[in-house]
Amino acid sequence: MSEKPKSDVLDRRRFLGAAGLGAAGLAGAGAMLPSLAKAGPAPTPDPAITEIQDWNRYLGDGVDRRPYGVPSKFEKDVIRRDVSWLTASPESSVNFTPLHALDGIITPSGVCFERHHGGIAEIDPAQHRLMIHGLVDTPLVFTMDDIKRMPRINKIYFLECAANSGMEWRGAQLNGCQFTHGMIHNVMYTGVTLKTLLEQAGVKSNAKWLLLEGADSAGMDRSLPLEKALDDVMIAYAMNGEALRPENGYPLRAVIPGWQGNLWVKWLRRIEVGDMPWQTREETSKYTDLMPDGRARKYTFVMDAKSVITSPSPQAPLKHKGRNVLTGIAWSGRGTVKRVDVSMDGGRNWVEARIDGPVLNKSIVRFYVDFDWNGEELMLQSRAIDETGYVQPTKAELRKIRGVNSVYHNNGIQTWLVHPDGVTENVEIA
Amino acid sequence: MSKSLKALAGLAVVAAMTLPLAQAGAEHKPGHKAAKEAAKEAKAKAPAAPVKLGLGRPALPEEIAAWDIDVRPDGQGLPPGRGTAREGDALFQEKCSTCHGEFGEGVGRYPVLSGGHGTLKADRPDKTIGSYWPDATTVYDYVRHAMPFGNARSLSNDEIYALTAYLLNMNDVIKDQDFELNQDNLAKVKMPNADGFYEDDRDVAEKSFWKKDPCMKNCGPAPKVIGRAIAIDVTPDDKAGPKVD
Repeated sequence: MSEKPKSDVLDRRRFLGAAGLGAAGLAGAGAMLPSLAKAGPAPTPDPAITEIQDWNRYLGDGVDRRPYGVPSKFEKDVIRRDVSWLTASPESSVNFTPLHALDGIITPSGVCFERHHGGIAEIDPAQHRLMIHGLVDTPLVFTMDDIKRMPRINKIYFLECAANSGMEWRGAQLNGCQFTHGMIHNVMYTGVTLKTLLEQAGVKSNAKWLLLEGADSAGMDRSLPLEKALDDVMIAYAMNGEALRPENGYPLRAVIPGWQGNLWVKWLRRIEVGDMPWQTREETSKYTDLMPDGRARKYTFVMDAKSVITSPSPQAPLKHKGRNVLTGIAWSGRGTVKRVDVSMDGGRNWVEARIDGPVLNKSIVRFYVDFDWNGEELMLQSRAIDETGYVQPTKAELRKIRGVNSVYHNNGIQTWLVHPDGVTENVEIA
Repeated sequence: MSKSLKALAGLAVVAAMTLPLAQAGAEHKPGHKAAKEAAKEAKAKAPAAPVKLGLGRPALPEEIAAWDIDVRPDGQGLPPGRGTAREGDALFQEKCSTCHGEFGEGVGRYPVLSGGHGTLKADRPDKTIGSYWPDATTVYDYVRHAMPFGNARSLSNDEIYALTAYLLNMNDVIKDQDFELNQDNLAKVKMPNADGFYEDDRDVAEKSFWKKDPCMKNCGPAPKVIGRAIAIDVTPDDKAGPKVD
């Protein structure tokens, strides 16, 4: 791989970015559209145009045929996928959001990744209760109707599993951003603030921690600092405008903005108020991060700034020379994403990507780089910077501090190697 | 923490004052400017006074007892009961060994529960109850919540004490097979890795990740590929995904 063509691409990119030019500016920059420039045999008419298609002739389905719509059959590969060797059983396991095929910032509910510890609890909402007890003035029980009569809020947040990218600590292992980065989703939640709920019971002055517990067969329980609970935690019953999906906690779940997904207790049925953490299995045996000296970090709640290029990526190879769109997502548990940089030469040179769409606190943002590709090899990377000034580190920088056995919180920069034929693979570089 | 607690405690008082005043102001529109101002001022000091919505009902003691099954490191939540490792052995073979092995060594990909002592600095650490878990109470709490996998909440309190004793015995934490583990002594059991954890220190230990001006141009030598996922070849085939109808 020679140095020159790469920097040419980057220079042109920088020019386009600086001049604020789109496709129209391309011709001015001296580029030619290959399909128009080629001389060859006389073009033959396109049958997709010259022949009458079935859908142009026959009636389609009526309005009574799809009471709850599903995606086109031509999108049947845009689905959650799992990696069976990862876990002992599919009931305590994880699957992955098809990031490579999505756009914008909202994850469609049907492909939001799942992580269960005892399978999906199928709960009759009429039989669901939320109990608040412990260090409160009045222990209370709420029905779903009670909760839906409380003042509502709507918020868009990312939920990232603490183990997202965890299989990549020792090196490039899974070939696709669905698998390396797909333990994340970003949806709009509707619900009530946890503060509202706690105020109904009246939290005693010596309270410091809450225990959140699910109604599922894992009885998932985690300790949550009261300070966070009163800040921005919400208890949600809807996502993307409709009731939560069963696999996402129907009828009620915790939403803990910016913090590791394990805390977002699904099928939430109980909140106990206490003065110290419970040290549950999920905050001792699991979700603690082993360091090189043999000790481990605990309560590593926040998910640091991170990003990934979703296309091109191993599951979304480049198919055309000339004009292309590079896109990806970035997020930070510490606030809003301020900037995303993209490199096409493995981190030697960077350009600022264009963020498009809503930029929200602790939410995914969508970024783009519109670029020309002449078939040269690329080493694609993205680097997120959040409002606190945190710059997404390289994997080497992370490993230098944490070693390779911390399991969780791998937010290192991802590299995709694009071959001259467009095939793209997950690589480690140094 | 203490700040927000004080704020919360303060809010209750403010709410008690604010609401009647605001109502009074609404009922007698003119001539109550002072009361209105006072209410406004109180509101400004406490922007989100708690509102009792009159929703929910008191939880009954029996209901709390039915659901409040968690156990803390200080022993809060431990129920009356007892058990020994010898008793736990028989139970473990019957209810647990299919997945976890006769001695907690794990079957297939199911979790290993014993051994691994002194491996936490090794290239491939073995994180078990004995080598890693900081609190004995977590064993009781977790088994009580979630085990056996597929038949949770089926064990009696005594059975859980016995199983906890067996697991601690398999890990050489309790040496005597006939030692009786109970409500009074479980929280006092000292685990080998009790001091192996510290609170999140990323703000300090990873301070270097907060950079003013990250390098944009000519940042070091040209990189080389040193690892490839396709060389490992463990990614599921796109065609092997679940069927969607």
